Amino acid sequence: MPPGGGGPMKDCEYSQISTHSSSPMESPHKKKKIAARRKWEVFPGRNKFFCNGRIMMARQTGVFYLTLILILVTSGLFFAFDCPYLAVKITPAIPVVGGILFFFVMGTLLRTSFSDPGVLPRATPDEAADLERQIDIANGTSSGGYCPPPRTKEVIINGQTVKLKYCFTCKIFRPPRASHCSLCDNCVERFDHHCPWVGNCVGKRNYRFFYMFILSLSFLTVFIFAFVITHVILRSQQTGFLNALKDSPASVLEAVVCFFSVWSIVGLSGFHTYLISSNQTTNEDIKGSWSNKRGKENYNPYSYGNIFTNCCVALCGPISPSLIDRRGYIQPDTPQPAAPSNGMAAYGATQSQSDMAAATPLLQSEPSLTSDELHLPGKPGLGTPCASLTLGQPTPPSSMPNLTTEAGLTDILPLKEEHMGHQFLTPEEVPSPPRLLAGSPLAHSSTMHVLGLASQDSLHEDSVRGLVKLSSV
Amino acid sequence: MATEVHNLQELRRSASLATKVFIQRDYSDGTICQFQTKFPPELDSRIERQLFEETVKTLNGFYAEAEKVGGSSYLEGCLACATAYFIFLCMETHYEKVLKKISRYIQEQNEKVFAPRGLLLTDPVERGMRVIEISIYEDRCSSGSSSSGSSSGSGSSSGGGGGAGAR
Repeated sequence: MPPGGGGPMKDCEYSQISTHSSSPMESPHKKKKIAARRKWEVFPGRNKFFCNGRIMMARQTGVFYLTLILILVTSGLFFAFDCPYLAVKITPAIPVVGGILFFFVMGTLLRTSFSDPGVLPRATPDEAADLERQIDIANGTSSGGYCPPPRTKEVIINGQTVKLKYCFTCKIFRPPRASHCSLCDNCVERFDHHCPWVGNCVGKRNYRFFYMFILSLSFLTVFIFAFVITHVILRSQQTGFLNALKDSPASVLEAVVCFFSVWSIVGLSGFHTYLISSNQTTNEDIKGSWSNKRGKENYNPYSYGNIFTNCCVALCGPISPSLIDRRGYIQPDTPQPAAPSNGMAAYGATQSQSDMAAATPLLQSEPSLTSDELHLPGKPGLGTPCASLTLGQPTPPSSMPNLTTEAGLTDILPLKEEHMGHQFLTPEEVPSPPRLLAGSPLAHSSTMHVLGLASQDSLHEDSVRGLVKLSSV
Repeated sequence: MATEVHNLQELRRSASLATKVFIQRDYSDGTICQFQTKFPPELDSRIERQLFEETVKTLNGFYAEAEKVGGSSYLEGCLACATAYFIFLCMETHYEKVLKKISRYIQEQNEKVFAPRGLLLTDPVERGMRVIEISIYEDRCSSGSSSSGSSSGSGSSSGGGGGAGAR
């Protein structure tokens, strides 16, 4: 589904024609095209936007449509074929409760799929240059043409040492619990996992919707399953089992779908209930970041101590607004974020860079091998120029955390659609095309610095506009 | 309002952007939004330490208020859940209200405190809540050497500070 760029344009044309009847059709259209572009149109991540930026999803949405179809068809069949009988025989409350559950499921599913999971916008060029400068200084001057080791920063949170990694794509130090989703090519706050069933990442902003979705879906699945069985049993008492099946064939299909779904969905709900009560993300749990045993060294520093508070905060805590301002208009000449993934960036290195070079954090602590670094055998050493590191480096290694997450989930989701499941295990979309490096990042950062000084006037213009904007508020 | 606009426009006409300083996030209390109150050396000659720290502390206070988990936020969360989150179509969240307060505060600080000193604060929400960006302006008439000197000197000293990551 292409982004709805044409639709609103047409609306604007019509409204302009009605007020400025003398002006020709072309010029307002052209003016609108050049002047008023919204930020979602130039968003650097691999996301799809609909409804002029109101809806945000991952690029691969095939499995999401499958989810929708399964839910709609099964519920539809239930309401059409089983409910009439049950409403008469038992109570009309059955379709009512079923209806409420169904709407709740659909509402939470659409909320999870369409909302911003908590994407962190990429750093502006100034920020990126500043960070690079600080990192280079902290590392000491490295020899030219040398790829600097991946950058980490250590922070003490509630007495626990947490490593903040530098994201080469977004050019920021990731906040704690944030992770870079390679499928969407975004850093997401409190990254849980990328769920193909909802066609979006699950992160800070939509985790509660996701949890409500799987919880209500469990109830709906159990509900439908139970009452379909009841229906068949009641009919068999009257007409015999085979006749009952012949009279309502839809029930068979529903029972099969629900039977296979119940295990996985209920299992997943239970798993996420456990995660919420211990305030962990799927990502952390799968990596084994925090130990649950008391008195152990690596306790979870984010947990509030008791299950009730953890649950309340996760489900009823404040929702932060979206940081990416999809529907805002691009101010001309404002600094755009670094490295759009269309291969244009001269300094865009993929995540694989951080995985491949040996870890030498800024502070002299022992580099701990996480799953990011473990699964890259035989990668070129530090001596290799950066260019060769990015060429021909497929996404799978760097997306492994996500993939292992998904692998973990598919263990919990033994649905009959395993073949579909495997579809997302092999990333078919071409990862960000090999980026041409203008030189080592060190050389580049000095280039950036020189550029920064040289383009004072353009920066000045940016800030001037900021000033004017500020004064006009 | 007109006089403040006039002041900022005067700044625009007479000043040129020398450098930008970025106040990074302070994660020592977890994932809540807080900024480091460490005084950046580049601002040494531009603004009093106390004023700067007070501004950052006030901002931190606002963010803490926005992210506070307590009775009212639970109530809002439960109400939103009960209405299937449709209530957010008509009502803005507590967080958004506080963000608006923050924008007003930043604008006020810019007008009263920072612009007269040739500085400009950018609202962190425009930078993805990663940094507080402070733009340092120099007078066009003053010599360029002082600004370039300060920017190169700032790199080395802020690098050491950036690595610490603690308050």
